Amino acid sequence: MRLSQCWIVASKDLATITKRRNILYSTFVVPFIIAFMFPLLIRYIIEKGTAASALSYLLPSFEFFFFILAGLIPSTIASYSIVGEKVEKSLEPLLATPTTDSEILVGKSIAAILPALGAILSASVVFMGLTDAVTAGKLGYYYFPNWGAALVFLLLVPLGTVMSVEWSVLISSRVSDVRIAQQLGSLLILPFAGIYVAGELNLVQLGDTGTLLIIAGALALVDLLFLYVVQAAFRREEILTRWK
Amino acid sequence: MIETENLTKKFGDLVAVDGVSFSVSEGEVFGFLGPNGAGKTTTVRILCCLISKTSGGARIGGYDVSDEADSLKIRKMIGLVPDNVGLYEALSAYKNLDFYGRLYGCPEAQRKENIRRFLTMLGLWEKKDVATGTFSKGMKQKLAIARALVHDPQVLFMDEPTANLDPESSKTVRDFILELRKEKRTIFLNTHNLDEAQRVCDRIAILNTKLMATGTPEELERMVGARRAVIRLEEPSQTVLAALKKRFPDVDVTADGTSLTVEATDPEKQTPDIVEAVVRAGGRVQFAGVVGSTLEDTYLKLVRRDA
Ligand SMILES: Nc1ncnc2c1ncn2[C@@H]1O[C@H](COP(=O)(O)OP(=O)(O)O)[C@@H](O)[C@H]1O
Ligand SMILES: [Mg+2]
Repeated sequence: MRLSQCWIVASKDLATITKRRNILYSTFVVPFIIAFMFPLLIRYIIEKGTAASALSYLLPSFEFFFFILAGLIPSTIASYSIVGEKVEKSLEPLLATPTTDSEILVGKSIAAILPALGAILSASVVFMGLTDAVTAGKLGYYYFPNWGAALVFLLLVPLGTVMSVEWSVLISSRVSDVRIAQQLGSLLILPFAGIYVAGELNLVQLGDTGTLLIIAGALALVDLLFLYVVQAAFRREEILTRWK
Repeated sequence: MIETENLTKKFGDLVAVDGVSFSVSEGEVFGFLGPNGAGKTTTVRILCCLISKTSGGARIGGYDVSDEADSLKIRKMIGLVPDNVGLYEALSAYKNLDFYGRLYGCPEAQRKENIRRFLTMLGLWEKKDVATGTFSKGMKQKLAIARALVHDPQVLFMDEPTANLDPESSKTVRDFILELRKEKRTIFLNTHNLDEAQRVCDRIAILNTKLMATGTPEELERMVGARRAVIRLEEPSQTVLAALKKRFPDVDVTADGTSLTVEATDPEKQTPDIVEAVVRAGGRVQFAGVVGSTLEDTYLKLVRRDA
């Protein structure tokens, strides 16, 4: 695999995406709404007189919310960039160039992962900064950054983003309507939200770094499994003769 | 340059291409002529390393299409104008070509020069910064051709490049193919248009799942060997047609408007009798002559024989 070839594919997709305002909105708006809304909510809770101990229980849940976003945000771009090519019937000439199937797949994945990760991570920085600003008085220290947050933002979110892209590629190979592909693609938030709910029900400790590492390991495993299936679906012969 | 041997492709139980063997030399314009569903697109896709073959072999420039490593080399030396143009409609004409030039690893200076040259040749240079979504069908087709040429390939595959184009755009595309022929590029042209095949191709293969015949347009024309007498009347007449049918019960007589066609074994010898019969029946003859078989005759005969 030649990364330069992947990058040519990715940069073409990125150039197309930046021209589509609604795609940019749906990628960037939600993470930033959450980045601003949660600190406001926390401030409100503090004003209500919540104890500092309750806060340190609440903050990991809020922070974990960004992982749920990782199951949602990339599907917009991934579905658009694959179903879009399918509708424009541009995959055939693209596959006729000296570019391998994997290079195209990786290029398209980069084009979906970079903006999604950029949006979620930059929103998380805003979230951490604002949260520190509203909680420092009550807690007497800056809650962020911490190891748990580092694991969520730098490990779980990227792994979740990759899974979301893989899932979207699979959906895109079966669907020929961008919107439907995006909607089905966003279904991945269900299992992600499931982990969150398990945390709320105290079945897992989302503030515990050991637990987060186990979740990361499980995600990595599913990512690899998906990669195997995706590579089988994203083969030129499949694309040209069996994709609908 | 292009060689196939017993090339076969099956989709499940359906045989799309059946034991096709041919060879195309360097610099030749080779027409692949056949009705819809004949297997033209399937063959080109195999040759362009897009889909696998079921059996048989195919080589381009000596490289094997089904070999992983060879396939990248083949794709570097060929250009494809697919049956669907497949342009990026949100991007400008220039960006579409530039993207492809980069995928082919064309150095920037050469890319720029080729894009300028082909867009100018095809009359699209003025529109280079316009998003291709606004282009007419003819302009899109021309751009797809420029895209296939941006890396200066030795072999150009074109899958029905003039299908669905208006006559004027078709002519521009055809003239352009003739220009390319002068550059001694090998061109593989899929078409179901006989006239087009005859006008631009050095050699033609007639395909109908199996390869029915291969030859120069002239060779193919002579293949069926049928010749006939054609009589043109002042006005259409059923009486004359009936009289001719009666006089020549053993041969095929057909009428098309004011033209009567008599399939004769020896039309030169029979024409006087035919004209006499026509005049007797009250027909007024404007023209009488013998025509040889056309590519169309051969084509229809070969394609129907199989049906
Ligand atoms: N992906 C496919 N799956 C099943 N059958 C196919 C597929 N592609 C083409 N065919 C069949 O193969 C035959 C040849 O098709 P094609 O090569 O497209 O013909 P042409 O280009 O000459 O019109 C047709 O009968 C077509 O229905
Ligand atoms: Mg076809």
